[in-house]
Amino acid sequence: MLTMIGKRLMFAIPSLIGVVIVTFLLTRALPGDPAAYFAGPAATKEAVEQIRKKLGLDKPLIEQFFRYTNDLAHGDFGSSLTTGQPVAAEIRNRLPASAELTLLGLVVSVVIAIPLGVLAATRPGSWVDHLCRITTTAGVSLPVFFTGLVLVYVFYFRLGWSPAPLGRLDVFYSAPPTVTGFYLIDTLLARDLEAFRSALSQLILPATTLAIFSLAPIARMTRASMLAVLSSEFVRTARASGLSPATVIVTYAFRNAMLPVITTLSMVFSFLLGANVLVEKVFAWPGIGSYAVEALISSDFAPVQGFVLTMAVMYVLLNLVIDILYGVIDPRVRLEG
Amino acid sequence: MKRRDFLKSVSGLAAGAALPAMPQVISSAYADARSETLLIVSEGGPNNLDIHGIGTNVPGYEVSWNCYDRLISHEMKTGPGGVPYYDRDKFKGELAEDFKIDDMSVTFKLRKNAKFHDGTPVTAKDVKWSLDRAVSVGGFPTFQMSAGSLTKPEQFVVIDDHTVRVDFLKKDRLTIPDLAVIVPCIVNSELVKKNASEKDPWGLEFTKQQTAGSGAYKVTKWTAGTEVIMERNDDWVCGPLPKIKRVIWRMVPQAGNRRALLERGDADISYELPNKDFQEMKANGKLNVVSLPFSNGIQYIGMNVTKPPFDNPKVRQAVAYALPYQKIMDAVMFGLANPMFGAAKDKATEVAWPQPHKYNTDMEKAKALLTEAGYANGFETTISFDLNFAGVNEPLCVLVQESLAQIGIKTTINKVPGANWRTELNKKEMPLFTNVFSGWLDYPEYFFYWCYHGNNSVFNTMSYKSAEMDRLIDGARTAAASGDTATYDADVKGFVDLAYSDIPRIPLYQPFVNVAMQKNISGYQYWFHRRLDYRALAKG
Repeated sequence: MLTMIGKRLMFAIPSLIGVVIVTFLLTRALPGDPAAYFAGPAATKEAVEQIRKKLGLDKPLIEQFFRYTNDLAHGDFGSSLTTGQPVAAEIRNRLPASAELTLLGLVVSVVIAIPLGVLAATRPGSWVDHLCRITTTAGVSLPVFFTGLVLVYVFYFRLGWSPAPLGRLDVFYSAPPTVTGFYLIDTLLARDLEAFRSALSQLILPATTLAIFSLAPIARMTRASMLAVLSSEFVRTARASGLSPATVIVTYAFRNAMLPVITTLSMVFSFLLGANVLVEKVFAWPGIGSYAVEALISSDFAPVQGFVLTMAVMYVLLNLVIDILYGVIDPRVRLEG
Repeated sequence: MKRRDFLKSVSGLAAGAALPAMPQVISSAYADARSETLLIVSEGGPNNLDIHGIGTNVPGYEVSWNCYDRLISHEMKTGPGGVPYYDRDKFKGELAEDFKIDDMSVTFKLRKNAKFHDGTPVTAKDVKWSLDRAVSVGGFPTFQMSAGSLTKPEQFVVIDDHTVRVDFLKKDRLTIPDLAVIVPCIVNSELVKKNASEKDPWGLEFTKQQTAGSGAYKVTKWTAGTEVIMERNDDWVCGPLPKIKRVIWRMVPQAGNRRALLERGDADISYELPNKDFQEMKANGKLNVVSLPFSNGIQYIGMNVTKPPFDNPKVRQAVAYALPYQKIMDAVMFGLANPMFGAAKDKATEVAWPQPHKYNTDMEKAKALLTEAGYANGFETTISFDLNFAGVNEPLCVLVQESLAQIGIKTTINKVPGANWRTELNKKEMPLFTNVFSGWLDYPEYFFYWCYHGNNSVFNTMSYKSAEMDRLIDGARTAAASGDTATYDADVKGFVDLAYSDIPRIPLYQPFVNVAMQKNISGYQYWFHRRLDYRALAKG
């Protein structure tokens, strides 16, 4: 198993190098001129040139690239111009915020989508099946920012049940000492129950928004895969042997239907992590997606490169985890293969 | 993990998630904190706490304004609607307890009890070092200083520990006002020098992350893009002690949420909302909405006069008669702007800026002028705008496009991303565009110097060049410096008239600064920089 992990990581290296080169070139190809942008509204030509020099953007592209890779090798992602902070520190602070939100959203989504998918598959054509179809269609066709805004409107503005959409914690609580970066865990470690409650209540609406959006692929995939498995011969045999329907479905069919669902889950997770920009915007969430988009808008090279690189590493790791999970769920998938 | 265990733990989580949805129990400490704290929500936050830094953005100016002191500041007067408004012409000492203006210099006596946040007294060498820094670091601060003829370190002379003299390079009416803008702030020189390096002699890296001033507030926590927390400096001596103890400034990118936060009473102040929201909030009366015109600011349609067809004044006049001014005021600005069009025919030009021009929407006249210019069948062109301000610019350009089509001018709309806008402006190639310009220093000749003078600054977006215009602008500047009112008035009227007859840029309206706040917030002041001054605000 370890050799397999090692091998997989080795294979990832060329793609990471590719990512470094491509993001470097792509950010340089963006039309904006960061020097002009950061020189401010009142800048003269000389002022813009001064800034360009200070940022090192007057050097030839190849020299900029070597400087960049050299910095990367020393763990330095450069500094963001829009926020004024080192990119590595920003990503370290922001990634847990996005990850916590995405994970919770995914958990909520799985809790609803998988039973719904299974039920829909066992009773095709029934009301459960229709419910499944309606929820998933609605979930996937409502844009996330819309669902987010509606939830804020109803639960915060109208009903007042939910706290103000002001990020990860109520403004008057201070953040727990960072251990994992996940506030739900850190507040518990710090035994600060009030802050825990605040963090959790801040999370509910954005997590629900993400869950509604990610419900569709998971539920549809569960349903389709369950349908295929339920019509297979071993299920027929199990039924013929007089096993109770619950045992047949849960023990035999569901486990076999899990593989494609896991694949979908991994795709949905990595997609959500990078693409929940809109949710982060709506809920003022200090996550990684909104950070990258803001950087892109102001042609701030360093954070964009840092973001893409982080995402690439995350994809590699995630795929590895999924491959290992395959082996756990289905012994037929040989890891050493 | 076994599937059953997994399901169990998941249902446990779901049950846990249902609990905190109940309304929060508010502890008393929490309520106390609220009454002394001001919660501001806005779209963007600072990227640098020091206005001398490279590329410090506008929210950064607000931090600098409240956390640093300047030698002098403006007095307040009553502005439109009874709102306190900075008095352009009256100055008071801030760090200086007294100052004396002579013919070619100004001498400041510093307050003896003023201290920086770390307790070191503010002395003349800090003042000298800070002003040297402002004229030397390059970029925006140096540029702003030069607008008041402050360009050389030799101009700042230490006389004794508490006396500083600023020598004038030449007579310039803008020198004193320029010492009261945000840039010439006084920095704790010893502290910053300790943290400077050979590569960074002015310690910009250090002051980027923390405030090193003597101002009424100090930044205690800053999470870029998320929040800024400022605490009151209880030892501040340059004015009455501010009432607000703590300012929490949160970035909330979604305008709808900022409005919801205000209406629910969770946030105290917000700005940067769509005009429609401000207008609705004004109408329903739950909040105080203050709307004041930008001093010395105008949104305009510019035309590149170096290239056909806009090199022809007739074409420019035709466009000026074809713009849907009133529609823009109603449908884009929702009335939250001062019209800059349609002055009465017989109205005399005033010695003031901005003032409305005499063009009005008149399609017949526009068509006639266009025919006269030889474009009876119209022409095709593009109209560009800055996407950063798409909320206003996009509907505005669509209205303009629709209106110009009626006289045969076919326009394509070109949306320029914010990062690219300045580059495009600098190239001076866009034929037709809309933009805003507003000057910190509220003087007509200042505006014209940047926007119409033949030295072709970046704000002369039309590349307009006219010997007569240059003569009038330079004349007004000289006259202002020497106090020759008659020549000054004649020159100002002259350049306004010329700008309106040649019409390289067509003013549309003077936009408003809108700030919405809870009813229990008082003390809002309008400043030339249009950001908040926390020192005057009070809650409850």
